[in-house]
Amino acid sequence: MMSEQIKKFMYVNRRAPYGTIYAWESLEVVLIGAAFDQDVSLAFMDDGIYQLVKGQDTSEVEMKNFSPTYQALGDYDVTKLYVEKESLEERGLTLEDLMPLTYEDEDDDWAEKDSIRLVSRAELADIMDEQDVLFSF
Amino acid sequence: MSILHTVNKSPFEKSSMDTCLAYAKEGSSVLMYEDGIYGAIKGTAIADKVSAASGVKFYVLGPDLKARGVAEDKVVDGIEIVDYAKFVSLAAENDKVQAWV
Repeated sequence: MMSEQIKKFMYVNRRAPYGTIYAWESLEVVLIGAAFDQDVSLAFMDDGIYQLVKGQDTSEVEMKNFSPTYQALGDYDVTKLYVEKESLEERGLTLEDLMPLTYEDEDDDWAEKDSIRLVSRAELADIMDEQDVLFSF
Repeated sequence: MSILHTVNKSPFEKSSMDTCLAYAKEGSSVLMYEDGIYGAIKGTAIADKVSAASGVKFYVLGPDLKARGVAEDKVVDGIEIVDYAKFVSLAAENDKVQAWV
């Protein structure tokens, strides 16, 4: 049965949120894909890390602020959000500048844990290598 | 696990090629197509980085070179010029594809 074979899916996000539709489209595909019980993770690098910056307010640009949706990912068992350290540093940002994203770990008495995992470029390259499928945005 | 990395943006306009080179591990392949072919030309700032990537096999799509008036002898030595059929084989031969769009 195809549904019994769990694959590792990684969504690679490299675009800032509002200038193009990539970021929103990626998030939509992630949410759709979450229904299929796969091992899902998201990677944020280059301008993709801007998707996670806190304090987004689109009220004056006539676009939907979809940043609160990232908070919901934990409820869909999407709990691995890898943020590339080098991209963050190049842009003068730290983890403090990103939205605090958490999930409740069902294997650990529903303890609240951080979804964002800060990794180096080299570490992320290794994690990408372990995937079965890469979705590029 | 082998990855085919594809780059379709000019390395002089976007950072896609730079990021790709940072992520391409030994044993992986990089295919340049569309405006990505400008990364395969000799004597440019990016050519040195391409030559310096060890253990990575580089390919460039011939029809996109031709479309842009780039003669085959302008391509960096060691980069293999391929057709669409080879593009398909590369995608099939590797475990997965990372498109640096």
